Amino acid sequence: MSLLNIFKNGLWNEHPIFRLLLGMCPVLAVTTTAENGLAMGLATTFVLVSSEIVISLLRNVIPARVRIPSFIVVIATFVTIVDYTMMAFAPAIAESLSIFIPLIVVNCLILGRNEAFASRNTTLRSIMDALGMGVGFTWGLVILAAVRELLGTGEVFGFTILGEWFPTWNVMVLPPGAFISLGVILALLNQLIIWREQRIQGVK
Amino acid sequence: MENLLLIFAGTVLVNNFVLAQFLGICPYLGVSRQVDTAFSMGMAVTFVMTMAAMVTFFIQNYLLIPLGLEYLQTVSFILVIASLVQLVEIFLRKVSPVLYRALGIFLPLITTNCAIMGLALLIPREGYNFIEAIVFALGAGVGFTLAIVLMAGLREQLEMSDMPQALRGGAITLIMAGLMAMAFMGFAGVIGT
Repeated sequence: MSLLNIFKNGLWNEHPIFRLLLGMCPVLAVTTTAENGLAMGLATTFVLVSSEIVISLLRNVIPARVRIPSFIVVIATFVTIVDYTMMAFAPAIAESLSIFIPLIVVNCLILGRNEAFASRNTTLRSIMDALGMGVGFTWGLVILAAVRELLGTGEVFGFTILGEWFPTWNVMVLPPGAFISLGVILALLNQLIIWREQRIQGVK
Repeated sequence: MENLLLIFAGTVLVNNFVLAQFLGICPYLGVSRQVDTAFSMGMAVTFVMTMAAMVTFFIQNYLLIPLGLEYLQTVSFILVIASLVQLVEIFLRKVSPVLYRALGIFLPLITTNCAIMGLALLIPREGYNFIEAIVFALGAGVGFTLAIVLMAGLREQLEMSDMPQALRGGAITLIMAGLMAMAFMGFAGVIGT
């Protein structure tokens, strides 16, 4: 697989949220505003890229039996860096993401990619994989957060989109809205895939 | 006593870990196909949560804070939880093969369950003392079990039903979880937040 294909893989074919359903806790919890979604996506991407670089460099040094604990220590180190950096430079966002920043450490997407990809590929390929997955994760978070923020408050990134006439659906920014909007988005994407497969079969 | 009861009921119903705080979503979506397995998973999570709450309480208050090492919280908690799960697995296999057969396959999955890590991180933030922390962990575990068993019961019924292909699997489960979360929001008025 070429480097570009590795990158593109995470954007759609193996999209972490919509196709693999990985890392769902932060996806549902922090997507109350598009800004929070973007911040979470960038934080996760940073941890993913840094940990895949380190682990792909150390992949021939780490004994197979203590693989998982070693990965966890590397990941936890970068998570701590992100946590303290955000508290220092973006305290408001760190406040609203609260425990979900330290919880990046148990995001199965990160451990999963390190185990499945970085531990058996070169550094350059791992960086492309991490960037693809990170960007894929981020756009998924931003889309879901934008839908919830738009329907729940009439705004996206704090800019008013829907005017006074729109009766805001308060439930969308509350927990039930997270489950329902992600469920509906998943169903729509599945339907698109089904239609596309039907069209391809129709052409044949 | 009243305080402890409020913590317990509040975590089970109002601030349910799965439905209100989004902790433990992976097993909630992944292991909720059958009521039996869902119940075993719930029990395993409750057990590990209570153990983890006790151990991380001591780490936080007698190791990290006196030594000024709070920045090692994330690293130390995740390592402690991972080794705790391993220990519990070895212990159960030796001492109670019956319990091991019931919970064993779920134990490795629990290490990356954010409900356990989330619980360990929430206890210092809420400022609970040792007893309160244990009650909080029990409440979180019972709340998780309640949510996952309810979902498994619904999904067993769903197997029989005829629905659009696009909704099958993740999509319908998430929508049902949303409806369940809405129902649980009703408890907020009963107990108060």
